[in-house]
Amino acid sequence: MIAALMLLPLAAGILAFIIRNDKARRALLLWTAKGHFLLTALMVYLQAAYGIVFDLHAGFIPALYPRVSGAVWFAYDALGVLFLGITSLLFLGASHYAVTYLAAEKRDPGEDADDGFIFNNAPEAVFTGCLLLFLAAMTAVTASRHMGLLWASVEATTLLSAPLIYFHRHKRSLEATWKYLLICSVGIALALMGNLFLGAAGLKSGAGLDLAGLLSKAGALDKPLLKAAFLFLFVGYGTKMGLSPFHTWLPDAHSEAPAVVSALLSGALLNCAFLGILRVNSVCASAGLAAFTGGILILFGLFSILTAALFMLGQRDYKRLLAYSSIEHMGILALGIGLGGGAVFGAMLGALSHSLAKAGLFFTSGVVLAAEKTKRIADVRGLWRRAPRTAALWLAGFFLITGTPPSGIFLAKFIILREAVALKHYWLAGAYLGLLAILFAGMASVFISMTFGEHEAKPGEKPFAEPSGMLGPAAAFFACVILAGVFIPGWLNDLLAAAARDIGGKL
Amino acid sequence: MHTFAELIIVFVILLDLALAVTGSLSSCIRLVALQGVVAGLLPLLAGSGAPHARAVVFALVIVTLKGAVFPRLLMRARDKSGARRDVEPLISYPASILLCLGAFIASSWLGSRLPLPQAGVAWIVPASLATIFTGFLLITTRSKAITQVLGYLVIENGIYIFGLALFVEQPLMVELAILLDVFVAVFVMGIAIFHISREFDHIDTAELSELNDWRRGEYGK
Repeated sequence: MIAALMLLPLAAGILAFIIRNDKARRALLLWTAKGHFLLTALMVYLQAAYGIVFDLHAGFIPALYPRVSGAVWFAYDALGVLFLGITSLLFLGASHYAVTYLAAEKRDPGEDADDGFIFNNAPEAVFTGCLLLFLAAMTAVTASRHMGLLWASVEATTLLSAPLIYFHRHKRSLEATWKYLLICSVGIALALMGNLFLGAAGLKSGAGLDLAGLLSKAGALDKPLLKAAFLFLFVGYGTKMGLSPFHTWLPDAHSEAPAVVSALLSGALLNCAFLGILRVNSVCASAGLAAFTGGILILFGLFSILTAALFMLGQRDYKRLLAYSSIEHMGILALGIGLGGGAVFGAMLGALSHSLAKAGLFFTSGVVLAAEKTKRIADVRGLWRRAPRTAALWLAGFFLITGTPPSGIFLAKFIILREAVALKHYWLAGAYLGLLAILFAGMASVFISMTFGEHEAKPGEKPFAEPSGMLGPAAAFFACVILAGVFIPGWLNDLLAAAARDIGGKL
Repeated sequence: MHTFAELIIVFVILLDLALAVTGSLSSCIRLVALQGVVAGLLPLLAGSGAPHARAVVFALVIVTLKGAVFPRLLMRARDKSGARRDVEPLISYPASILLCLGAFIASSWLGSRLPLPQAGVAWIVPASLATIFTGFLLITTRSKAITQVLGYLVIENGIYIFGLALFVEQPLMVELAILLDVFVAVFVMGIAIFHISREFDHIDTAELSELNDWRRGEYGK
C-alpha cells in the first residue's frame, strides 16, 4: 500500500518525461492524482474506521541493512496520514488546475506585463514530470519513520520543486529559483547536522535514528546533545517551513512561481517541512524537554507572525502578500505546537484549513493574473466588473484565510488563543490578537480595493473568459474550509485528535 | 594507531585555509574535490583492522562522486558560463584567512566544550566545524554563483567529517540517499548557473537583487 502510494507518482513522473503527446501527459497527471487520492482516501478510511496502520518493513534489502531486524523505514501513524491526506487532496485540486493552465499557457506563452518582455516556458514534459516526482517525494516525507530518510526526502522535495519555480523562463523567476535552491539546501544541511547530534544523543542507549527506537528510548537520550539536535533541526526544517527569520526565500519563490506551484509549495511543502519539526519535537517531548522546545517554538512562531504583519503592510504585489500570509500561518502553527495541550489540536486543524484556503487563494490569484496581466496590487481595481466569479472567490478567500467565522481557520486560531489564555500567557495572547488584527486590516485594504472600485480598461484589453477548470478547485477547497469550521465529521475529528496525540498534545 | 588519520585531519584544515586564499576558480574546484576525496577515505584509515565491505563500497561511491563527477560538472558550468577565472571575493584575501583562522580557534574552543563522545582521532571535531565555517565563508563572501555551490559542498564535507567524529552510523541506504541528494543538488545548481549566465550574461549573485519588498526600480513604481 505504501509502496504503491510512493511508486505510482514516481513511475508516472518518469513516464511524463518520455511521453511526447501533450494531451496524454495531462491525462496521466490527472489520473495519477486521482489514483493517489483514492489510495490515500482508502488509507485514511482504514485508519479512521479500523485503526489499521500500514508499515513497510526494511526487509526488502536485508543485505544492505543488517544492524536492526525489522526496523520500520516507512510507516504511517495518524500524523503522517493527516499530512498525506492534505498533500494528496491539494495535489488533486492542483492537477485539475494545471491541466487547464498548461493548455492555456500552450496557446499563449507568456508576456510579462509588468516589465514588458516576452519569455518562454520550460518544456511541459519537464514541468509535469517534476510535479509528479515532487508528489512522490512529499509522500515519502509523510511516510518516513527514519530521521535520516526524512531528511533525504525533504531535500528531494527542494530539488524537485526548483525546476517548477523556473517554469516561466525569465530573470525574476531564475533569481527566485537560485535563492530557493541555495537557502533551502544550506538550511537543510544544518538539519543533517541536527540528525547527527540526534544520533549521538542516542549512541549510549543504542536508540539509532528511527523514530520508534528514539521514542522508546527517549528517557535515556543524552539531554544536552538532544537540545543541540533540536536547535539544528529546527533551524534546518524551519528554513524550509518559512519561519522568520529564515523565511527570506519564501516570498520570492511564491511570487515568481506559477500559481499552481505556489499553491503546492504553500499548502503541501511547508507542511512537510513542519512535519520534520513535529517529529523531533515529539522525541524531545517524550524525553521531558517539552518546556525547552515549546519556548523556542513560541518565540519563533510569534516572531514569524510579527514579520508577516510588518511586511504585509505596504505590500505592492498580491502574490507576495499571500506568501507573507503563509509565513503568518506557519508562525501560528508553531505557536500552537509550542503551547501544547489543546492548542496542538488547533494547530492540526489550522494546518488543514490553511493548506486548503491558501491553495484556493493561489489558484484564484492565477486567474487574477491571467485577467489583469499584472501582479501589482495598485493596478488591479474593480475586479468584479471584469471577472465576477473570480472576484467573488478572491473576496471569499480573503475572509476564510484571515479567520472570519465560519472558516476552519477561525476555529484553529480561536483554540490556540483559548489555550494561551488558559495557560495564563496573557501578554502572549494579547500580542497574538493584536498582530492578527493588524494582519486582518492589512489584507482587508488590499483585497477590498482590488475587488471593488472602478475598473479602468487598459489599452487593448479583451473581455476575459473565466476558466472554470481553474476556479473549480478553488471553490471546492473553500467549501471544505467552511465545512471544517462549521462541522468537523467524526472521523476527521478522530484523525486530528490522534495526530495531536502523536505530537504529544493532550486533549 | 591513528597517526595517519590525524595527518589527514591536519590536511583537511590546511585545505580550508587554502580555500580561503585561493583566487583561481578552477583551483578552488580542485581543492574542494580533494577535500571530499580525503574526507571520504578517512573512515577507511581511521578504523583499526580490515575495513568492512560496506565501508569500502561507500568510500568508493564518495570518492567517485566528489573526486570525479562534481569537479567535472562544476568545470563544465564554469566553462559554459564564460565567467571570469577568479573568484571575485567581496572581502580581501587576508581578511578571509583571518576569518578562517578565527573560525578554527572558535571551533577548537567549541569542540572542547561540546559534550560529545570521546573521538578516537584528535582534532576531528574542530576540523569538521572549521570546515563548515569555511563553507559559510565561501557562500557569503564570494560573489559568484559557482563559489556558492562550492561553499555548499565544503559544508557537506564538514558535516560528513562531523558524522565520523560522532560515530553516528546511519544505514547504508540512508547514506546513499543523502549522497544522491547532494549529487542532484550539484546537478540542478549547475543547470541553474548555466541559465543564470545565459539570462544575465554573468553569474554574479550580488546582481541578483531584483526581488525584494521595497522595490525602487521600474517594477515597484
